[in-house]
Amino acid sequence: MENEKNHIVPYSTFLYVLAILIVLTLVSVTLTQISLGALTVAAALFIAAIKSSFVLSIFMHLKFESKMLVLMVIAVILIICIVIFITLLDYLYR
Amino acid sequence: MTTEIHRDDLASKTGMWLFLFTEMLLFGGLFIVYSVYRFRNTAAFHLAAEELSVFVGTLNTILLLISSATIAMSITAIQKHNKKLTLILLGITVILGIAFLVNKYFEWGHHIREHIYPGSPVLALRGQGDVLFYGLYFFMTGLHALHIIIGLIFICVIGQLIIKDKISHDNFVLLENSGLYWHLVDLIWIFLFPLFYLIT
Repeated sequence: MENEKNHIVPYSTFLYVLAILIVLTLVSVTLTQISLGALTVAAALFIAAIKSSFVLSIFMHLKFESKMLVLMVIAVILIICIVIFITLLDYLYR
Repeated sequence: MTTEIHRDDLASKTGMWLFLFTEMLLFGGLFIVYSVYRFRNTAAFHLAAEELSVFVGTLNTILLLISSATIAMSITAIQKHNKKLTLILLGITVILGIAFLVNKYFEWGHHIREHIYPGSPVLALRGQGDVLFYGLYFFMTGLHALHIIIGLIFICVIGQLIIKDKISHDNFVLLENSGLYWHLVDLIWIFLFPLFYLIT
């Protein structure tokens, strides 16, 4: 039936991704403890974005999912980013 | 086998994702509120955020990350016909989720003992910025904790279905959907953690 398209992710992939995520968490904690000024916010959010891309693609299986689903998720994330960006632009330059 | 009723796993997953989009928009809106208030009360948010324990926050982040990995691995286990391992991995996920909530309980308890909670007169004396920071802190982490509780109930129900063989190696889309929900909760925490604990 549809067994052929059921992709089995090996256990090790999840463990590698988990290790990467924990390392990135510790890196962001260390980075923000050292004061980088305005860069701190950017660094912390950049690392959070990298972490979420791992969670979305591997843990949430999007890497092996149909293109339609992937496009939907990208579109929604883009909309959220645009809304946040425009709102903050409005506050900064009002 | 051939008399099986029609099932559309992709539609089922798409439906789950549509629901997750509404959750993302909900928290996205809260992130905007947080950013705007932070922008208007930079100094107060800076001082208030330093009172949160980075250690407890980091510990909770790692607990959630591990629980996400274990529920993801449970899907591999069920695809490999390993019912026992699937249930063990789900059990670990639930225990880690409860551990997260216990940490949160002690964290909140610590704040409340110091008279820091929404509507507290002591907090009001500290000024508008602190009231906003802790209001958002309690609301956003509280809403997140509520999602954890719902996720735990969801996973327990799924575990029951696996025990009864209603979910098996050729019909596990419900397990995948509970996994998606749990990962979303993890995803939200990935952003809540730096916003409240790290950026000071």
